Amino acid sequence: MTTSLLIVQLLNGLQFGILLFLVAAGLTLVFGVMDFINLAHGVQYMLGAYLAVTFVGLTGSFMLGLVLALAAALLLGLAFEFLVFRHLYERDHLDQVLATFGLILLLNQAVKMIWGAAPLSVPVPEFLSGNVQLLGGVLYPTYRFALIGAGLGVGALLWFVVEKTRTGMLLRAGASNAPMVSALGVDIRKLFMVVFAFGTMLAGFAGVMAAPILSVEPGMGDTVLILAFVVIVVGGIGSIRGAFVGALIVGLVDTLGRSFMNDLLRLFMAPASARATGAALSSMLIYLVMAAVLFVRPEGLLPAKGRS
Amino acid sequence: MSAVTTSSPIARPAAPAMRRLAPLVILGLLALLPLATALGLPSHWLTLVTRAMIFAIAALSLDLILGVGGLVSFGHAAFIGIGAYGAGILITEGQTELLVALPAILIVCAVFAAVTGYVSLRTRGVAFIMITLAFGQMAFYFAQALSAYGGDDGLTLYEKSTFLGREIFANRTGFYYIALGTLAVCYWLARRLVASRFGRVLRAARENAVRVTVTGYDVDHVRLGAYVISGMMAGISGFLLANQTDFVSPAFMSWQRSGELIFMVVLGGVGSLYGAIVGAIALLAVEDVLSGLTQNWKAIFGPLIVLFVLFTRGGIAGLMAKLRGSRDG
Repeated sequence: MTTSLLIVQLLNGLQFGILLFLVAAGLTLVFGVMDFINLAHGVQYMLGAYLAVTFVGLTGSFMLGLVLALAAALLLGLAFEFLVFRHLYERDHLDQVLATFGLILLLNQAVKMIWGAAPLSVPVPEFLSGNVQLLGGVLYPTYRFALIGAGLGVGALLWFVVEKTRTGMLLRAGASNAPMVSALGVDIRKLFMVVFAFGTMLAGFAGVMAAPILSVEPGMGDTVLILAFVVIVVGGIGSIRGAFVGALIVGLVDTLGRSFMNDLLRLFMAPASARATGAALSSMLIYLVMAAVLFVRPEGLLPAKGRS
Repeated sequence: MSAVTTSSPIARPAAPAMRRLAPLVILGLLALLPLATALGLPSHWLTLVTRAMIFAIAALSLDLILGVGGLVSFGHAAFIGIGAYGAGILITEGQTELLVALPAILIVCAVFAAVTGYVSLRTRGVAFIMITLAFGQMAFYFAQALSAYGGDDGLTLYEKSTFLGREIFANRTGFYYIALGTLAVCYWLARRLVASRFGRVLRAARENAVRVTVTGYDVDHVRLGAYVISGMMAGISGFLLANQTDFVSPAFMSWQRSGELIFMVVLGGVGSLYGAIVGAIALLAVEDVLSGLTQNWKAIFGPLIVLFVLFTRGGIAGLMAKLRGSRDG
């Protein structure tokens, strides 16, 4: 294992973690404020990617496609909120899990019917298509740096909105005691819609940003959803800071595990069995990390304040 | 998580007569189905209902922890997968004996349930849902990484399990009655368990865990026990499934499969046990009809789930109770 490979994989892990953060932040925000468990959140990430395929293809410009895809993802999210989700806020978690599960089945199939089952891709935008030279002559794609930057930017914005603005104050208050906020004269329905729209946008944004580097295919949202769950459980449910820390841990552990587990095992195992064990172990690694974290801290690393 | 349970039908005093009668009627009707196929019902139904009964065993086991215990487990398909892979791997290695495979599967399921259950049960509610989901995925990825046994493509079985050297699963009607018999035994066990002191503590903990703890019971131990028993029962279902399909694949334990199991339980009525049987049969029948209509059947099935959740409560068992209620009133 060379230093340059390690640097590249660290950056890959960071970039994957940032992507997971964008999905997990929306998921945990919706859950924290609305006590709503939305399995269809991963599907909104997938829709973001597919909309990017369409709009980037139509306009020929990544930035224009990005804006249009985000707008379309937002509209779709609001339509789901109106048709399905708002009828479930008062229901128990089991009902929410099931209804959003039904929505996943529908949307995965719908995507297959509209765009086909074969993987699609979005070209990397021209102005971000080069490589950046790092110390020691290591080359790293500019687009991935842009993704890391955009993710950190969105994270900072999210932190600012939640911690420093009046809306953010209401969000935090709503998260710890929604009926009280409602009694103080805040339109809780409207607040819920804002939170929901915002969460949808984040997932859609992650999908659009992932489209040029990952293959866009049906079911891509499911994988990310489950990883986002792990992130949230590790970080602490309902906490944005927790989602950030959890996402970085999961992103780094998963990426580094997949690239270096073989080498590590080969130190004390035969190459063939090291490869087999490595494959099994590295795909299970984040779940083992999750189990370890829960074993020590059942609430997660940075649980949200004010939740019981 | 208390919310899950207060709306479930079992929270109300269920009609004892129906509870005793309904499962007998269901199992009796199932016992008569092979006669109907002998009289002209397409034999395709025999295969379908066998499959439905196998899934009913898994759904029944899930209802033990979900309905009776109030714990929504979203990784239950993992146990089906362990059972199926247990049978599949042993058969591939030339060991077809049921008396070897079944104990092995039960032990592995119990260990997996004990370890993951111990970690998962440190949390409640949504965290429990997410963690069981994650552990289910862990089993899924593990199966995908088993390159010696087919990896992602799955494993085709060229033999079925045998009992003392006899090929008991070879005959389709015979297999049907084995599945029915196993289902009946599992139902009886589950019913006994729920009625026992253990079951009462489990149910009581669902309503008010603190109060039960104060009474001197270790709630976590009881829940873990239920989780282990439930996992083992689902493992049996996986064993039968592998023998029916002659094929094992990671898809057996995908999280969508776990979601379907939950839907079976909810469809039939949470906590009623026999509802899980009805739900499994109803779900597989609907899937069969829809997939016969169009390749894109999930685009119809998904909205059906959404509509079902939005417009009914308490599932089929709840509807039946409601009908009874309106008749009595």
